[in-house]
Amino acid sequence: MKSFVKVLVTAIPLVLLVACASGDKAAKKGAAMPESNAATDTSRDVRSGIGISDDRGFSGNALDDPNGMLAKRVVYFDFDSSVVRDEFTAVIEAHAAYMAGHPAAKVTLEGHGDERGTREYNMALGERRAKAVRQFLMLQGASSGQLDVVSYGEERPVALGHEEDSWRLNRRVEIVYTSR
Amino acid sequence: MLKKFMRMSWLVATGLLLVAGRAHAVLDIEITQGVESALPIAVSPFGWDEPASPPLDFAAIINSDLRRSGIFSPLPEKDFLARPRDAAQVNFLDWKILGAANLVIGKISRQGGGYAVQFQLFDVFKGVQLTGYSVHSNEQDLRRTAHQISDIIFETITGVPGAFATRIAYVTATTSGGTTQYSLLVADADGDSPRPVLNSRQPILSPSWSPDGSTLAYVSFESGRPAIYTQEIASGKRDRIAAFGGLNGAPAWSPNGKELALVLSKDGNPDIYVMTLGTGQLRRITDSFAIDTEPAWTPDGRSIIFTSDRGGKPQIYRVSSRGGSAERLTYEGTYNARPGVSPDGKLVAMVHAQGGNYRVAILELATKTLRVLTKGRLDESPSFAPNGSMVIYATEDRNRGVLAAVSVDGRVHQRLSEQRGEAREPAWSPFRQ
Repeated sequence: MKSFVKVLVTAIPLVLLVACASGDKAAKKGAAMPESNAATDTSRDVRSGIGISDDRGFSGNALDDPNGMLAKRVVYFDFDSSVVRDEFTAVIEAHAAYMAGHPAAKVTLEGHGDERGTREYNMALGERRAKAVRQFLMLQGASSGQLDVVSYGEERPVALGHEEDSWRLNRRVEIVYTSR
Repeated sequence: MLKKFMRMSWLVATGLLLVAGRAHAVLDIEITQGVESALPIAVSPFGWDEPASPPLDFAAIINSDLRRSGIFSPLPEKDFLARPRDAAQVNFLDWKILGAANLVIGKISRQGGGYAVQFQLFDVFKGVQLTGYSVHSNEQDLRRTAHQISDIIFETITGVPGAFATRIAYVTATTSGGTTQYSLLVADADGDSPRPVLNSRQPILSPSWSPDGSTLAYVSFESGRPAIYTQEIASGKRDRIAAFGGLNGAPAWSPNGKELALVLSKDGNPDIYVMTLGTGQLRRITDSFAIDTEPAWTPDGRSIIFTSDRGGKPQIYRVSSRGGSAERLTYEGTYNARPGVSPDGKLVAMVHAQGGNYRVAILELATKTLRVLTKGRLDESPSFAPNGSMVIYATEDRNRGVLAAVSVDGRVHQRLSEQRGEAREPAWSPFRQ
């Protein structure tokens, strides 16, 4: 029995790989065997533990799903604006829902700007952007104690060019989980 | 010893090192545009009676200072017909032929443990001495003495005090191997002898000089969050004076040196406060729903000029340093920010956006006229020289941050090129006291 479990443990990732590669149908089919056996050695929710009941066929915490909405952790902004664009509503709602369901989760919202304009004004603008996201998260169910804000202004660009293609990537708020 | 070592390792561990000592010049000055009517002046090589070379080439430093002011055009030494070192050796005809309006002669000699430096300034056409001094200097102060001689020459001829013996503070960011090193440096106004006073792996910004030139206030992210520090330049002694929740930014020393204007967002959004140094007591100056930032004091200490987007876009406003309602000063353009006030209080330099370009502009307060002085794409951080003649600012050259200066009338442009990394956030020191 012991050796069977061992084999099974190594088999699960393989099953998952197959599941990921071949889509939902295969995932559900392959799930039958490990599900019943794994249940014998753990009291955890096996379905979520190995994640094969998940439509995306991924295990573990929803934050780790590279295809999920929660994998999107950057909100971009227009020039000199802290208005959250409609296209990011779903992303922020997903994070708010996760945080509402995981009260221990904590997030730092890092506000940034592009290089144009003055450094201290951009520092203030970065904070205003981060606070706009914070406000949105709270309206959707996250609590203020879960949310921390810090602005880096234009000091930490992710794109180093000096034209709009870089600037649009730098005008952002990064949602950084410090606790999940 | 162990205690000392532990303190050292703490500094290293936080990615922070206070640095002392001299480094080689890394700023080179290049004059990109001068004045056609610059005054021709001849500076004869300073005399030195010993066989070894003199401790400093005074004429070269004075020539460089005068040239970069844009107001003088020093004549090349190779054309000189004579190299006088005493008044008795001066034949004014030699200098009239060259077209020199003024002549400077001088000599250096050993005196005590240091040097005696003498110089005289002549009006060539009138054939008279305008001024002359003999000063004592030490090995480490010779360069400053040369700049002081330039200051005297400049003031005697133009009527405006020279600012050559002053300093600049600025920030550099050098990225290598994926990490960025930030440094706060203090250099002579000609870019010579830059010395880092703070190195950090986290951003440093907004250096501001105390009015006596002894101390800098700045923002450092060394703790991961912005905090305002003051640091004595000579001793390196530093204090963290503001680390409230949210923003701690844009420190600006009051003209009497007793207060610091700063930006805090601890009570919601960014507002301007004034902190009494020593007690740490805070006075709130602005209270708007908008961004209020980048405070600058008027020289009389009565007003604070700042950036606010309370009207929708960033514009320049003025408020009493006791608080109260603010008056809008700029109406031209959709982006005016980061004001710097001239030493006479009559002009405000700022960053002004024009057709997608960010340039240094000057607002004349009496007439409310705005003049754009620079031609860059991303010019920022204008700071007046203490004599009000030039504005130093940060600009971009081939995608690299460099420092540049422009005369207040916009006619003289200089570039100070940093050889490594990005240079930014220049702040011109007050006159030395």
